[in-house]
Amino acid sequence: MDLKVNPIACTGHGMCAELLPELIAVDEWGYPLIDPRPVPYTLERDARKAVAACPTLALKLVRSEEPARST
Amino acid sequence: MTTALDDTADHDTAPGGAARQGAAGLPRLLPQAPEDLQAHLSRYGTVPYRGRPKILIGDVEASGLTGRGGAAFPVHRKLAAVAGARGGRKVIVANGSESEPASRKDELLLRIAPHLVLDGLQLAAEAVGATEAHLYLHAAPGPQILRALAERASRRLDPLPVTITQAPPRFLAGQETALVNRLGGGPALPTFQPPRVSERGLGGAPTLVQNVETLAHLAQIARYGPRWFRAVGTEAEPGSMLTTVYRPDHKTEIHEVPTGLPIRALLGDGQETQAWLVGGYHGAWLPLPDAAGLTLDRASLRKYGAAPGAGVLAALPADRCGLAETARIVGYLAAESAGQCGPCLNGLPRIAAALNELAGAGHRKQTRADLERWAGLVTGRGACNHPDGTVRFVRSALRVFAPEIARHARGQCAARNRKPFLPLPNRMPTSEQDWI
Repeated sequence: MDLKVNPIACTGHGMCAELLPELIAVDEWGYPLIDPRPVPYTLERDARKAVAACPTLALKLVRSEEPARST
Repeated sequence: MTTALDDTADHDTAPGGAARQGAAGLPRLLPQAPEDLQAHLSRYGTVPYRGRPKILIGDVEASGLTGRGGAAFPVHRKLAAVAGARGGRKVIVANGSESEPASRKDELLLRIAPHLVLDGLQLAAEAVGATEAHLYLHAAPGPQILRALAERASRRLDPLPVTITQAPPRFLAGQETALVNRLGGGPALPTFQPPRVSERGLGGAPTLVQNVETLAHLAQIARYGPRWFRAVGTEAEPGSMLTTVYRPDHKTEIHEVPTGLPIRALLGDGQETQAWLVGGYHGAWLPLPDAAGLTLDRASLRKYGAAPGAGVLAALPADRCGLAETARIVGYLAAESAGQCGPCLNGLPRIAAALNELAGAGHRKQTRADLERWAGLVTGRGACNHPDGTVRFVRSALRVFAPEIARHARGQCAARNRKPFLPLPNRMPTSEQDWI
């Protein structure tokens, strides 16, 4: 799965980066910088939590083209 | 809502008639004088409808026609997507919004060959099975297009009536999703994709949006076939394209040229010119004399990160400051951010301010590093390509005008003439209402 953000819906609450620091950082304005690689299996649960926690529903988990990394 | 060219900018003339080209059969799109329906029909014959949807798409594919609004997307793929989409209601839009302030070719085309555009609109409508046709215009419709529509209506020439909508004078108003929002009665703001407008566009209907020049080419491909279309231009990017050319002698001209034409055939041999701008304000500066041998096609321009775009070409005279020109244009682009995406909203004004600083006398040590970091931070993070296009323009300026940046750092400037060269709209955006 891939993490994708709708940049119009995103208002930079930063919840996602708090819940999933392994894959999401924030830029100097508070908007998420998302690791573009597929979400590793081990982090899928946390990724789902981050998606559910987004106050503007801007973050999505979508099926990716490439297989997930095992690390 | 009209967007006049900035009259402080230094150009002798507005675009005039079509210039003659040496290449065989050109100009194809631009007659020497505006043509009414009778003149149009006697030149081209009746509209060659195929009788049912999809038939024309094969010819368009074989022609290699790509969108002439700037993105150069293969036309047959958009046609096929809408033709193949489910749903009884389908929409086609001729996009004449020409929201690039330096581009004037669509305005000229609509003025002197309106029937070719309207033929293309009806033919593309048939090809995709459209049930609704629109024309989206930059300014209030001119007398030529209104007359053309009236002539066709009185002869019952067109299967679909055409609804005209005026675009607000904003840089992003012609972007596909912004256009669909405006036609739907909302502000001309881009939206996040997917879904693509070809799947779900105006009112949820599959929607085909094509630039007006693209439709004019399509009308000719329908009449003369793909082989005729490919008789000019390069093998990989065939056909001709309209260009808006800002020459070093301050003349502005519209030319129809074959793709692959040496750029110096339009902009001169580089004497009295310090750099070329190709592809408009989302395009790139090209260094001279290094780039003097380039041709007007994506393959040639790619190594400089440039593309022909919507055909805006400018030769920056040797007596101007490229840095000051870039800072002025980027200030405009920053103000034209829709302000919807955080990185664009925050990054573009900072990038514009940093460029202003570089274009002044002396700059803080960290400004160059800030500029690089912000350019990286906005790239790929917008719902539309505005941040990416702006960064392309900025990065090319940092490369091409590097010697000038060094000069400004020492408090000097090579320019002898401070008058703005590249055109901008007179009226800068001021309120949310400007998007309507």
